Amino acid sequence: MIKIQIDGTFYEVKGDRNLLETCLALGFDIPYFCNHPSLGSVGACRLCAVKKFADADDKKGRVVMSCMEAVTEGMRISVNDPAVKTFRAAVIEGLMTNHPHDCPICDEGGECHLQDMTVMTGHNYRKFVFKKRTYNNQNLGPFVQHEMNRCIQCYRCVRFYRDYAGGKDLNVFGSANHVYFGRHKDGILESEFSGNLVEVCPTGVFTDKPLKKHYARKWDMTNAPSVCMHCGLGCNIIVSERYGSVRRVMSRYNGSVNGYFICDRGRFGYEFINNPDRIKKIQFRPSKNNNLQEAREVSETGLSEIFKSGKVVGIGSPRASLESNFALSALVGKNNFFHGISGKEQKLIQKAVSILESGIAHSPSLKEIEKCDAVLILGEDVTNTAPMMALSLRQASRNKTLGIAAKLGIPKWNDNAVREMDQDTKSPFFIASSFSTKLDELADEIYNAAPGDIARFGYSIASAINSGAPVLIHPDEKLQNRVRKIADALSAAENPLIVTCITSGNEDILNASANIAIALSTAGKKPSIAIAFPECNSVGLSMLDGGSLDEAADTISKNGADTLIILENDLYGRLSLKNADSIFEKCRQIIVLDHLMNETAKRADILLPASTFADSVGTIVNNEGRAQRFYNVIQVAEPVKESWRWISDMVKISEKNNDYTWDKFDNVVASLVSSYPVFSGIKEKMVSADFRFFNEKIARQNKRFSGRTAMNANISVSEPKPPQDNDSPLNFSMEGYKGDPPSSLIPYYWSPGWNSSQSMTKYMDEPEGHLKEGGDPGIIIFSNKNKSSVDYFKNFPDPFKAKPGELLIVPVYMIFGSEELSSKGETIAERISEPFILFNEKEITKLQLIENEKSKFIINQVVITAIVKHDNKIPDGVAGLSVLTAGMQYTDLPDLGKVLST
Amino acid sequence: METPLTEHIKENRPPLRLSDYEKVGGYRGMHKALKEMAPADIISLIKSSNLMGRGGAGFPTGLKWSLVPKDVPGGSLKYLIANADEMEPGTFKDRYLLEGNPHQLISGMIIAAYAIQARKAYIFIRWAYKKAEIIIRNAISEAYEAGYLGNNILGTGYNLDLYVHSSAGRYICGEETALINSLEGKRGLPRAKPPFPATSGLFGQPTVVNNVETLCWIPHIVENGAEWFTKLSITGEGGTKIYGVSGRVNKPGLWELPVGTTLREIIEKHAGGMKDGYRLKGVIPGGASTDFLTEAHMDTRMDFASVRTAGSRLGTGTMIILDDKTCPVAFIHNMIKFFALESCGWCTPCREGLPWVQKILESFEEGTAKTEDIGILEFQTQYMGPGNTFCAHAPGAMEPLQSGLKYFCDDFLKHIEEKHCPWRRL
Amino acid sequence: MLSTKEKEEIYEETRLYPYPAAACIDALKIVQHHRGWISDEAIEEIASELDMSVEDVDSVATFYTRIYRKPVGRNVILVCDSISCMVMGYESMYKHISDKLSVHFGETTPDGRFTLLPISCLGDCDHAPSLMINDDLHNNLTINSIDEILEKYQ
Ligand SMILES: Cc1cc2nc3c(=O)[nH]c(=O)nc-3n(C[C@H](O)[C@H](O)[C@H](O)COP(=O)(O)O)c2cc1C
Ligand code: SF4
Ligand code: FES
Repeated sequence: MIKIQIDGTFYEVKGDRNLLETCLALGFDIPYFCNHPSLGSVGACRLCAVKKFADADDKKGRVVMSCMEAVTEGMRISVNDPAVKTFRAAVIEGLMTNHPHDCPICDEGGECHLQDMTVMTGHNYRKFVFKKRTYNNQNLGPFVQHEMNRCIQCYRCVRFYRDYAGGKDLNVFGSANHVYFGRHKDGILESEFSGNLVEVCPTGVFTDKPLKKHYARKWDMTNAPSVCMHCGLGCNIIVSERYGSVRRVMSRYNGSVNGYFICDRGRFGYEFINNPDRIKKIQFRPSKNNNLQEAREVSETGLSEIFKSGKVVGIGSPRASLESNFALSALVGKNNFFHGISGKEQKLIQKAVSILESGIAHSPSLKEIEKCDAVLILGEDVTNTAPMMALSLRQASRNKTLGIAAKLGIPKWNDNAVREMDQDTKSPFFIASSFSTKLDELADEIYNAAPGDIARFGYSIASAINSGAPVLIHPDEKLQNRVRKIADALSAAENPLIVTCITSGNEDILNASANIAIALSTAGKKPSIAIAFPECNSVGLSMLDGGSLDEAADTISKNGADTLIILENDLYGRLSLKNADSIFEKCRQIIVLDHLMNETAKRADILLPASTFADSVGTIVNNEGRAQRFYNVIQVAEPVKESWRWISDMVKISEKNNDYTWDKFDNVVASLVSSYPVFSGIKEKMVSADFRFFNEKIARQNKRFSGRTAMNANISVSEPKPPQDNDSPLNFSMEGYKGDPPSSLIPYYWSPGWNSSQSMTKYMDEPEGHLKEGGDPGIIIFSNKNKSSVDYFKNFPDPFKAKPGELLIVPVYMIFGSEELSSKGETIAERISEPFILFNEKEITKLQLIENEKSKFIINQVVITAIVKHDNKIPDGVAGLSVLTAGMQYTDLPDLGKVLST
Repeated sequence: METPLTEHIKENRPPLRLSDYEKVGGYRGMHKALKEMAPADIISLIKSSNLMGRGGAGFPTGLKWSLVPKDVPGGSLKYLIANADEMEPGTFKDRYLLEGNPHQLISGMIIAAYAIQARKAYIFIRWAYKKAEIIIRNAISEAYEAGYLGNNILGTGYNLDLYVHSSAGRYICGEETALINSLEGKRGLPRAKPPFPATSGLFGQPTVVNNVETLCWIPHIVENGAEWFTKLSITGEGGTKIYGVSGRVNKPGLWELPVGTTLREIIEKHAGGMKDGYRLKGVIPGGASTDFLTEAHMDTRMDFASVRTAGSRLGTGTMIILDDKTCPVAFIHNMIKFFALESCGWCTPCREGLPWVQKILESFEEGTAKTEDIGILEFQTQYMGPGNTFCAHAPGAMEPLQSGLKYFCDDFLKHIEEKHCPWRRL
Repeated sequence: MLSTKEKEEIYEETRLYPYPAAACIDALKIVQHHRGWISDEAIEEIASELDMSVEDVDSVATFYTRIYRKPVGRNVILVCDSISCMVMGYESMYKHISDKLSVHFGETTPDGRFTLLPISCLGDCDHAPSLMINDDLHNNLTINSIDEILEKYQ
């Protein structure tokens, strides 16, 4: 600890961050723009000025930028010195000479860091009497709105977009008083993280374009802490609502998971909730050949018949909460509950979880991934399947540089200095993949091969690390040299990380990754394995008992079923048309609970409207094994109900087991935990609905929430009672605890004087640190069993050999289009490509295909039409087919296929 | 009086070729340095000479070199850069040295590079110096042919490559860290200091940037010693300086004179005094980013310390004369316009402040200024003062303005009272 | 498409630096030397030659004043408007040229013969007023000498 003196008072501080961040952590309101805890400082805006005194006798001091000062023992500074206060106000005054003052029509208004800083510095009288400069704006695509006149040139946008997130197509142009931030020409921002510009920009230059379509002010929105449903990482989000519709999603800080950022799928994926195809009514089909009819209520007698007499089978879902999945399994019984994913996927996930639980490798958080100093990616296109993990990996690749900088006395936060000091060193970074990926640019070695060969590559790395591992040596000497190089780099690292995959559908790759981890731990290292699980609750679901979809189909075709209940799952996205159809043919009654019309929902006899993550409470488990709770931001509106509540009703009707009827969310949790003690943490450590903080609930609405009385005036002028919420400790009103809520319950960020999301800092122990009042949300479920000896996997696959006329078709996942729910939002839909198939150019010629034109292919009896594109990293005899949940029939990849026609 | 820097420069004659320059003693210092001296000896010699950088800031050259780490981990490259950007308005001394005697610079660079053990050196030359660029490139070829550049120079095993990079405009690229960014092919934005270029400079490697005039001194000091150098000056700061005068004087030009020559001597004797009908009203002593001096300062000795005492900076030592027929507000406005245009756009005070100041000065000239504007200008000079901005550009720009407001306040006020520029006929 | 000559010249420059992007400014100057100015297409071509994004190249190109991102005439007149030339009367030189050619700063004559631009100090202050046309410096200007000088550039 270091002692410093601020305006006469002594403080003990850690001293590893710059002076600005140190003061902010101590609670001082020093205004700033260009600094960002994750981006470091560059000293551009000059707003964070403080006085620094040379020693105890120095009366005069000198103005320094606190963001560019290291904290040193005995340092004496003043934050409130009149000279620096005047200077800071003058900086704002300078910025205001060109700022358009269009706050009333600016989407940032009311949560604008520039507004806050203007008020904070006290600049309020305009002396500048001349014309302002103006700019033209660009169309940057569907996600981000551009309004350059508002720019205050803090350079944060380009520093985030380029330096932090590796984007290429946003930059600064011009110089002097004409610096322009944008693209070379109008066009869609290519980065998967472009939406963060909205939060990174301290004013209204980059704003949320979908929000603009249904705009509401920050203070007029009701908010809830939530968790992203669109991939397996479980990034924390804040969901905001007005008039019953979700208006936007912002990142919610979690120091162990997503930090300050989220990806564009997560930010803009919510629109499926507002999709006109939402199932909002109970629908009922009296006889099989009719369309679904609206039904007033589910016929109780009919249902009780079903449940009493027949066999009921339940199919769960990796995109439904633990509670809903558990409820279904409780209703139908463990033996009749199936996970709703293919047998292959289930096996892969269970194996992956068992590897992570075995203790041979650590399951790292995204934050821990950032700290790794050597990375090997086996078979995963992280940017598309787990975007935020890619962002963490990008930071990890800088660790070597940061180490060199530290030796030269350049701290990490001195961002440009670090980047200038070392412009091309990267931490050891290796990728094995069947096609090119965006992270390739970070890699020292890239090995492109068929999935089986990637596994072999992994096995050979393991055997090069530790001679005890099953031996696989490549006859090709060059390849073996690369293997050795990678093995050496991983062995030399302090925190080696293996990123392995489920999405490529190859179990050998998982086994090989485990072997590398075993080899490294045998050599005394502490390796980590990170896995991008396919869906938001893949891990949680895998921890419940239950068979796979294939087994469900088997059971049903063997024994038949009277009733099949499908929970939030479109089987047509997981089974071939034929197999899915066969399930439906064999069942007398199909009950489907879901949010959106899809092929499965269309086949329901009884279709029940299930609430989404926005109108329900639930728990999901992310890739790290972290269980996290999402809270409802919208009061669920009858007849829509949480899936577990529908199931509870069914239990009641069926008169089966009254232990399994629940009227409150906490009761489901209690049942879940008593059946599956592995989840006990979510009952013991997560807050229950009757939790009160200083005797109060937490308000979902800002203190300034306005217009409540007028909102429903078209219906009734008397103000309705705020909805009651028995499932969470949050209130649907502005009444509630005034202060920092427990970290897992933060519905929005606000602090006196800090209306923008920059107020996040106030909720942390230090910038980029951990949340106060409970630490980073989430409970690790994985029991690190710490097996002392784990056996190596031994069965190597054969090397891949292309057969003439036959192609090995591997899946190519897309950030936009491969995930079901986000694809159903209109904005994301604009970014979804048509089905495409990738070959190397030689192969295209050989197969007589034409690039950029559609061709037909047949894969396991399924005919696919896709646009032919080239990717020269794809090996001969292999093709990469886009995985899209819409506009394409499901086929189980990888699989063999061939060209049908051009 | 000795004039080591300009001795072999004759106007209207091409510069000496390598062989001719050697005949009159050129490259002797280089031979001595590389054959007889260890790098550390050279650094301590330059340190003891107290040679102060001629690029404007007057930083001690020996000290700068000594900050370069001796052993770089991994044996990575070190760099030497000659700053030949010279874009400071009113400054034209480096052009003279470049065009007049390129081998003097090259031999100085070889010694300097050897002293810091740089293996690559660049001359960052201003784009407009087309003639100088050709001359320098030819001279470099000659030096390669003579074996003074390239591998194993003079059989010592020391290797050095010297390249020319011609800039693409922008004054800020003369600031050493902006220069480094520009040399890396990037936008010419200054870098944060620390780390200083000696730690992390060009391509992240230890780097020394020196002005052309500074580097031209090196061979002479090596050849003749530190004491000789000190004695050249009148005031003990060492050496001679190339002083220059432009404006309404009889003989504008450059002269190599002992450091410490008085302002009066330079203007009245060497520059031939004011032209008929013009009176001296003020002097910008060392390029546009230095404070005005006035008639009262005519006996100031032109060295770093004395000019500082007089309230200005020696800067580049090339002065611009403000005469009584030129409006001081227009004079300052012209310089501010330059600085506003040349701001890199990185930090707020400079990017937003200079255009505001420029607009106010414009309003003075147009006769629309108000009394409050003087207060705004005064405030802006403090607001853009040293430490408040990211680099020294804006503080430099404020120097003529703040001293102008002090010395020519009446003239500013007259613009307000008369609602037009008193120097411009109505 | 970059011409073979342009490519060769750019390649020569890249050899002076540790990585190609460092030759970005040189590449811009080379292409401008051949084509007079830098079009959007030229930015794209340089970007692919140096393995940079177009945004990266354009960011650099728009920073530097001597990189022209708009077409210029066959001859570019750069009139020094800095302090010494101001004292020595550049304004009347400018007015003379401007009247004679009927263009203002920033404009090109309709026949494409001249583009007239202001320029910061040319480092020729002892011979002010000065101007540069293409690569040639002209100084100690008078109204008469300007006429003669302009004649040389067609
Ligand atoms: C805005 C600005 C412009 C500068 N321009 C030049 C220049 O054109 N030539 C030069 O030698 N130094 C210039 N300098 C000073 C350099 O930063 C640096 O101090 C100098 O090149 C070091 O050389 P020296 O130690 O030999 O003087 C400039 C500084 C600033 C702040
Ligand atoms: S003072 Fe600031 S804006 Fe001006 S040139 Fe220096 S860094 Fe750039
Ligand atoms: S936050 Fe310190 S200069 Fe911008």
